[in-house]
Amino acid sequence: MTAALSIEGLSVRLPPGADREFAVRDVSLAVTPGEVLCLVGESGSGKSITASAVLRLLPPGVTVAGGRVMLGGEDLAALSESAMRRVRGARIGMVFQEPMTALNPLHRVGDQVAETFRTHTRLGRAAIRQRVLVLLEQVGLPDPAAAARAYVHQLSGGQRQRVGIAIALALEPAVLIADEPTTALDVTTQAGILALIDGLRRRLGMAVLFVTHDFGVVAEIADRVAVTQHGVVVEQGRAADVLNRPQHPYTRALIAAVPPLAPAPKRPVSDETILAVEGVSKTYRTGAWRARRVVHALDRVSLALPRGATLGVVGESGSGKSTLARCLVRLLAPDAGRIKLEGEDITAIPMREAARRIGMVFQDPYGSLNPRRRVGELIAQGPMVHGMARAPAMARARELLALVALDPASADRFPHEFSGGQRQRIALARALALEPRVLVADEPVSALDVSVQAQVLALLADLRARLGLSMVFVTHDLRVAGRICDRIAVMKDGRVVEEGPAADVLLHPRDSYTRALLASVPGRDWTPPLDAPAPALTSSLS
Amino acid sequence: MIRLLRSWPAAIGLALTLLVIAAAAAAGWLFPRDPLGLAGRPLIWPGDNPRFPLGTDNSGRDIAAQVFHGARVSLAIGLSATAIALGIGTLVGALAGYYRGAVDLVLMRITEAFQTLPAFLLLLVLVAVFGGSITTVTVAIGVVSWPASARLTRAEFLTLREREFVASCRVLGMRDWQIMLGEILPNALPPLLVYASVVMAGAILLESALAFLGLSDPNVASWGNLIGRGRGVLRTGWYVSAIPGIAIIVTVLAVSLLGQGLNDALNPRLRRK
Repeated sequence: MTAALSIEGLSVRLPPGADREFAVRDVSLAVTPGEVLCLVGESGSGKSITASAVLRLLPPGVTVAGGRVMLGGEDLAALSESAMRRVRGARIGMVFQEPMTALNPLHRVGDQVAETFRTHTRLGRAAIRQRVLVLLEQVGLPDPAAAARAYVHQLSGGQRQRVGIAIALALEPAVLIADEPTTALDVTTQAGILALIDGLRRRLGMAVLFVTHDFGVVAEIADRVAVTQHGVVVEQGRAADVLNRPQHPYTRALIAAVPPLAPAPKRPVSDETILAVEGVSKTYRTGAWRARRVVHALDRVSLALPRGATLGVVGESGSGKSTLARCLVRLLAPDAGRIKLEGEDITAIPMREAARRIGMVFQDPYGSLNPRRRVGELIAQGPMVHGMARAPAMARARELLALVALDPASADRFPHEFSGGQRQRIALARALALEPRVLVADEPVSALDVSVQAQVLALLADLRARLGLSMVFVTHDLRVAGRICDRIAVMKDGRVVEEGPAADVLLHPRDSYTRALLASVPGRDWTPPLDAPAPALTSSLS
Repeated sequence: MIRLLRSWPAAIGLALTLLVIAAAAAAGWLFPRDPLGLAGRPLIWPGDNPRFPLGTDNSGRDIAAQVFHGARVSLAIGLSATAIALGIGTLVGALAGYYRGAVDLVLMRITEAFQTLPAFLLLLVLVAVFGGSITTVTVAIGVVSWPASARLTRAEFLTLREREFVASCRVLGMRDWQIMLGEILPNALPPLLVYASVVMAGAILLESALAFLGLSDPNVASWGNLIGRGRGVLRTGWYVSAIPGIAIIVTVLAVSLLGQGLNDALNPRLRRK
């Protein structure tokens, strides 16, 4: 079949002073009607730039250096800017990662969908309105008329993305480009969006270029896969082949880094409880008392963390898992219930004493380190706050850097000189500097690329064994939970709906929500091939 | 610094600021005598007598000497008043933004009370009550100039306190003042530094206005005093007021341009322009 969209030898040049000369070099791809081509890669691999280059929406300073982009026999690179505007939206639809920023908060949803028709067609108002309602229904919004009247902030994340897809589909383009359209969404919402895109391309025979970093999503939706590394396509082929028999060492390493949706080998777990949560509630009240909204962030949550074990707290956004983590380290005070650390009520322990016994690692490695302090200082800060003199504290910081597999000489550098994975290791060293017995980790690997994620998880597993750490590990990712947790608690709407050994929860879930969550994990039927050897990830290890 | 000089308004601002500083530094060396002492005939026009390149005022004092010594006074008043205003403003804003709630409510109502009163009227009242010595004038200018910097600091603290690095410091058991001083304040400083230039320009203008009305310290050779003295001969010897006026314009312009340049250099989003 002839390709709906083909990219031939595309090179995109970065402005001088960037970390490499070409964002994308000599990339050739083709998508046929009705096919989903997944462009997979880690951050910085040039996958999004490729998608933007097709529509000629490159950031300033970034230019196409060579190659052709053929859409139905026409070279897009040669078109004038005004001709290009008639292509965007009409013949190629685009879905973005963050629907909140891709939509205008000041206009009603219906008007934003109608905008496409007003720009590209001569339809009358009534006809446009009719088409908008049909479209909104097509993308699975339950009440299209109400959705058309709504403003963006009144919709949930998944609904917003459905509106984004409706806009992209409005003129029934031959090609749909989706740039990480489900990355910002919860896993159950993601499953819905993936099913929607899959159904639409079948029905409309669209060619879909789907950019993602997630091999689970690839397994779910792709017909063919192209793997990019440093702007070069290193492997391309049918999805089943690439996923199960990867050829290129980089693809093999990436796939080996994907945690299987299965529990890790069982470890002996102590009977003794080090941290107990007993009937903890936290309620937020917002708004004036007429329109008062009460949110039960935590609703009588009870959990127990055995000494030396890792307890995974799994849930979607709004489930209360982060609130729980913050209550454990006393960043928040619960409204009711008790939290006991080694049998002692934590509110009875002085704040500074508690800080030595329970540490925390945060989600965002870019936000959790003060940008104006050197790495050594950041790590030494804890001990210094608790009375250690500067010189021994700095010496300790160097030891800790070695412990988290970083060069002790990095103590003199600033956080912005490090990659996300390295920063997360610095944050870990900082949390461990006070030698806590319990470590609370709030989504510590969620912001990281899959290969880096695997390294940080391995480091955590190694450290907890060496230091005898007990861990509360908050995550939205069941694969990650399976890899590191001994026990898993599933949270929904502030309540723990299921708790038990990781193997039981993942393999024999009792609660209906846990089952729904497991059923939504993308690529759950695909088990990453274990025989794929994991070569050293030299490029991303740094 | 290099980034600062890349934009020409900032470069001009820096050059003019250096010029004013040089004038202040050279004043004692170029005009060792008391600038307020009688030097010659009153109202010699600029250029008429090579001994007085900028002429003399209606009391026969050397205008050039007063302009050079005035640079010292203006810079001293500007810097001290700015330090006072930013000190009060940062303290109030930091406490309000960090603790929120009742502390914020009380401190911000006080700030608003100061903001709703016209600064100059308040300054007049303060000078009328406490007298017009150079110290009280400087302190009074600082006291009327702090509210805006308090609001700015508060806004910065409100957003920064929610950042994860602040939470991570609290988890380490750091005390509130350690977090405020060591963690949040350094990150809140760039916009405050930029705003300092606005306060400084305003302080110089306030002092001149006060002196023009004859309410500042008459024993100091400030530009405002000279303008005030020229008021009586505005029709016959307009240069007596105009020359120090130009000095004030140049200084305020210099400081403002420098502040704008700092803003551009410190704001990463504008960097690429």
